[in-house]
Amino acid sequence: MIYVENKDLVIPGQLLADEEYYSGRGTFKENGKVCSSLMGLVSLRNKKIRVIPLKSKYVPKKGDVVIGKINDVRFSMWDVDINSPYSGILPAFEVFGREKKELNKVYDVGDVLFLRVVDVDEIKKAKLGLKGRGMGKFKGGIIVEIAPTKVPRLIGKKGSMINMIKDKTNCKIVVGQNGLVWVKGKPEMEQLTKNIINLIESEAHTSGLTNKIKNELYLAIDGELPPEETEEEFVLEKPKLQNFKEELEQEEELEEEKNNKPDIGEVIEEFKRKNKNKDNTLSYGDNSNNSFILNNK
Amino acid sequence: MMSEMIREDGRKFNELRPIKIEAGVLERADGSAYLEVGGNKILVAVYGPRESYIRRLLEPNTGVIRCRYNMAPFSVDDRKRPGPDRRSSEISKITADALRPALMLENYPRSMVDVYIEVIEAEGGTRCAGITAASVALVDAGIPMKDIVVGCAAGKVNDEIVLDLSEVEDKEGQADVPIAMMPRTGEITLLQSDGDLTEDEFAKAIDLAMEGCIEVNKLQKEALMKKYSIE
Amino acid sequence: MEIVPEITKRSITNLAANDKREDGRELDEYRDISIETDVISKAEGSARVKIGGTQVIVGIKPQIGSPFPDTPELGVLMTNCEMLPMADPTFEPGPPSDDSIELARVVDRGIRESELVDLDKLCIEEGKHVWMLFIDLHIIDNCGNLFDACELAVMAALKSTKLPVTSIVDEEVVLSDDETFDLPINNELALCTFVKIGDKMVIDPTLDEEKVASARLNVGVTKDGHICSMQKGGKEPLTKDDILFAVNLAVSKTKELVEYL
Repeated sequence: MIYVENKDLVIPGQLLADEEYYSGRGTFKENGKVCSSLMGLVSLRNKKIRVIPLKSKYVPKKGDVVIGKINDVRFSMWDVDINSPYSGILPAFEVFGREKKELNKVYDVGDVLFLRVVDVDEIKKAKLGLKGRGMGKFKGGIIVEIAPTKVPRLIGKKGSMINMIKDKTNCKIVVGQNGLVWVKGKPEMEQLTKNIINLIESEAHTSGLTNKIKNELYLAIDGELPPEETEEEFVLEKPKLQNFKEELEQEEELEEEKNNKPDIGEVIEEFKRKNKNKDNTLSYGDNSNNSFILNNK
Repeated sequence: MMSEMIREDGRKFNELRPIKIEAGVLERADGSAYLEVGGNKILVAVYGPRESYIRRLLEPNTGVIRCRYNMAPFSVDDRKRPGPDRRSSEISKITADALRPALMLENYPRSMVDVYIEVIEAEGGTRCAGITAASVALVDAGIPMKDIVVGCAAGKVNDEIVLDLSEVEDKEGQADVPIAMMPRTGEITLLQSDGDLTEDEFAKAIDLAMEGCIEVNKLQKEALMKKYSIE
Repeated sequence: MEIVPEITKRSITNLAANDKREDGRELDEYRDISIETDVISKAEGSARVKIGGTQVIVGIKPQIGSPFPDTPELGVLMTNCEMLPMADPTFEPGPPSDDSIELARVVDRGIRESELVDLDKLCIEEGKHVWMLFIDLHIIDNCGNLFDACELAVMAALKSTKLPVTSIVDEEVVLSDDETFDLPINNELALCTFVKIGDKMVIDPTLDEEKVASARLNVGVTKDGHICSMQKGGKEPLTKDDILFAVNLAVSKTKELVEYL
């Protein structure tokens, strides 16, 4: 017997199914019943139930790519803040091999890097490395923070969401699995992209998001909705998350051509005003007394 | 016989004060909640799981919870001096004890979850209200839990067992029994009692408080669903 | 200490150099402001103020006490501020920090020096009994610029404060049960806070802007344009031009801010 449907919003302790179902992530089994341990959306595959949390702190996993900030430089390693309850270390060895160099000449406190989690020890401290395409220090751009659980939504199916944003804003975007996102482009476009990313985060659990974001993007940049025929989901070749360095070079070559585009500052202003955070007002002190009395039967 | 009695504020013996709960009311905190019950106004923020410098509080194979219950100087009739006192320290401790059984922090060893309960205005029953609001804030913060802990009190006023004592009833009444429970299993995670009760009266009080908890739990769920459901 | 990413520093500084900000505001533009009064029924005066995501609550509680020997005919104001750990992951529980004490004193200085509370009228019996007003600020959400939010909150709460009417019976002060009087307020004031980012003075800083800034300046101005309090903060210096620019802007911005009261 199952008590929920796919994509239902559930809360901790909620009964999801009886014992013939398997308890996946975000759930637990007690006395044969599968219950949710999180606030999130039900994901049902065959007989396995999972709950995808709306919010959750990033816990480092081997192989993940993350964005980290150098917090301290020590004798043979850097301390890296990876937006997690657990900090990371980048050993000098991972960067120089056997060579001896002064660490702070290479990466200094406050630098932001794209890193790979090489290993996680038993107390969840992450050992970081730079092996992989595009790994290393970011130059310029801005950092946007989202809930790590919203990262898949930002990327979209086969990278559809992120590629659409990249194409429309001409920004380089790198997404860390720890919820930090690096964006580089024209300053106005960086800010627009940040707002778009924040919008995706706050509406990640709603359906039809890709189209909504597409409309927002077209409206903000072209001042009109996208043409009818592109109404279907964007499907692009492949996620190009890590090719940002090459793209950056290409971009810089193209930079001059694009410089004669009209100033879109005003458009962005209007976009921002439309998308101000919803006011989650504390409700005391308002004179309308919409409190209610509970009567026990 | 009992159901005929009307209390000083017009409530029936088994009637709660008006309650309002909202989830996610603060920007900076990882999770937050606001709760009003009667004249109580309670704000709760949750941070974590996060690193803590206080090494000795951490545990190698699970995360830990720390609570701080604090009353604003202006929350009571006579200004309260800011800072912790013995009463608030005790409440902080039993609140952490009340919430802990529901938490599933095994995936976050050596981390800390901080729960900050601020009583903005107090009108009797702040510890239960604090626990109820704290649970909502914990869910809002994405902390894994087995259940949503909920608090409610019953007590004895004019020789009658009544639900959810107001400030006046608490002061003038004969006994107060605040409890917290996990509604799914009915397990009790907080129990205090002060005043004079017979064994029979105590049994009635705990039943009534548990019924109250079930009602309040519905509102916790509603508040969470309201915050995150699609308009 | 929280380390600000280099690229955030650079991006905010570059934006400011082009008269732009990360949230799209002008350099001299405030975030949305909202003020509610009488939010706490047990306090004689109270207010909740939001500037953007920043949120503070203030409650005013009176007590009858003895006047200071050198001002036997004046009531007493005391301002205290709790930067609650709920407001910011870097705020710690415990006694008020230096930042918290500075915040309370800067807010207090504006109220005190503008003489907008008529302290004469808080005297019950000269040399013996006066009203002491405890102004307690509760910081519940810190998204930058606590100073201006606190000053607005205190100003709004003072304007809403009602005290019980008193009489002297057998040398004892007796409070009326039902009769109150409005706290006598004869002026209004606002605090305008600027931070210096690169060469630019930026009003109502966000948290990131505060972290990136080299210096801070608070300017307290009354409704009628008199400067009544100032404080320079931050690690780096300000030029005279920076200061004069800020003062000039604060005088005009104050007129906008007191409109919210």
